[in-house]
Amino acid sequence: MPSPRYWREIPNRYRLEAGRCRRCGKVVFPQRRVCPSCRGEDFEKTALSRRGTVVTCTVVRTPPAEFEMEGPFAMAVVETPEKARLMVQVVDCDLEAVRPGLPVTLEFRRVRAEGHGGILCYGHKAVPAG
Amino acid sequence: MRPVAIVAAGMTRFGELWQSSLRDLFVEAASEALANARASRLDAIFVGNMAAGQFVGQEHLGPLCADHLGMAGVAATRIESACASGGAALRAAFAEVASGMSDLVLAAGVEKMTDGAEATAVLATAADQEAEGYQGITFPGLYAMIARAHMAAHGTTEQDLAAVTVKNHRHGALNEKAQFGRTVELAEVMTSTMVADPLRLLHCSPVSDGACAVLLCPLDQARKYTDRPVKIRGSGMATSSMALADRKDPAWLDAVHESAVRAYAMAGVEPRDIQVAEVHDCFSIAEICCIEALGLVERGLGARAAPSGETALGGRIPVNTSGGLKAKGHPVGATGIAQAIEIFEQLRGDAGKRQVKGARIGLCQNMGGSGASSVVHILERA
Repeated sequence: MPSPRYWREIPNRYRLEAGRCRRCGKVVFPQRRVCPSCRGEDFEKTALSRRGTVVTCTVVRTPPAEFEMEGPFAMAVVETPEKARLMVQVVDCDLEAVRPGLPVTLEFRRVRAEGHGGILCYGHKAVPAG
Repeated sequence: MRPVAIVAAGMTRFGELWQSSLRDLFVEAASEALANARASRLDAIFVGNMAAGQFVGQEHLGPLCADHLGMAGVAATRIESACASGGAALRAAFAEVASGMSDLVLAAGVEKMTDGAEATAVLATAADQEAEGYQGITFPGLYAMIARAHMAAHGTTEQDLAAVTVKNHRHGALNEKAQFGRTVELAEVMTSTMVADPLRLLHCSPVSDGACAVLLCPLDQARKYTDRPVKIRGSGMATSSMALADRKDPAWLDAVHESAVRAYAMAGVEPRDIQVAEVHDCFSIAEICCIEALGLVERGLGARAAPSGETALGGRIPVNTSGGLKAKGHPVGATGIAQAIEIFEQLRGDAGKRQVKGARIGLCQNMGGSGASSVVHILERA
């Protein structure tokens, strides 16, 4: 990944920065120019809570090449209390324990490493709460 | 808009076709369609293709295809909507003829997937790269999440998923163009390698090479090319949120539903009028969700259709008589045209052992990504 592309995405990857639409209140993550609910363009910057609930999930057993060493791993769509949803890996648990409804916290982790001498890419992964 | 007909079709076998390049595949299918109509000229060509740039390092397919067909000079464009590229190409050709812009148009689809590219990684580019690809999700993984959501909401079981595969292989065994022309048993499906829980290898469509082409003209000129034209009664396309996480109900394919509503409205028909359908079963769960979104079964009850025999040949509404993407193969850019060809043959009474007796109206539905785009066409024997 070219470094400008990585750098542009740092606010949402590192700090879970989202936008709250001032017209309809929807929390949009990552931030966008136009609200997908009401087409409003006026947003207030906000950060997502670092916790949520699994909406749906799977265990990826044939990972993409860059994640070869990590497979099999669990992935889930997680909904935060702000009703924003994000796709994340679920780690530090039994793969079988990941089910819809599972409460999780979102932790800052290394997500991928790009080739020899490439960028180390960070972001958030989910860990079962408690 | 002028009424539009499909008058001829051509199609390669689907499979790992090591002897054929992308251009070979296109020319084989396109030449067959032209020969079947005894046509020697074209006004325009639309080539459905998802990712030749990544699969074989070749962009700019419009002139490439026209040139190799011996038709350099003809207007030709590549159309892309991920795995719905073929359906989108058919829709572009339909609009081109319906509008009066052109009188004889080739709608083709082609994909060469086995020339060395990492297919899973290429296909993953149809997902949202920033929100989904970055985290390591794959397409089997996205559809597995749809399956998990459907199971949680509607009680769908792994056996229900497997029944879709068994049915489509039974159909595919009757199709000489199919990549996997053989049946599979329920136990074989349910013990195949887990790819992304709960989806197993035999719930997934394969990596395939292949090409397809159909020839379109105004309905009132169709008899010049065939005595059995098939009319395109309706065309609908819709999109949804790119990322699966942004869908309120991950088990409901809203773009499929909306594209169907639009196609039904244009055609002036209802789901109960459909007598045979080809739907986008890239994974077994996709067929279950698609038949719900198309209104062929009630929402939430899609999983019951294959086990009850309702969607099998001889059932109430036969679905994927060609074998579907699962058994026939899924050269992604060609799939949408292949679906239209199956319905074309069914409505002309040319489907052989797969024939749905007396079928007059059929539907084909082609989908891109995790359901972010969908194209529906409704065809009728003219």
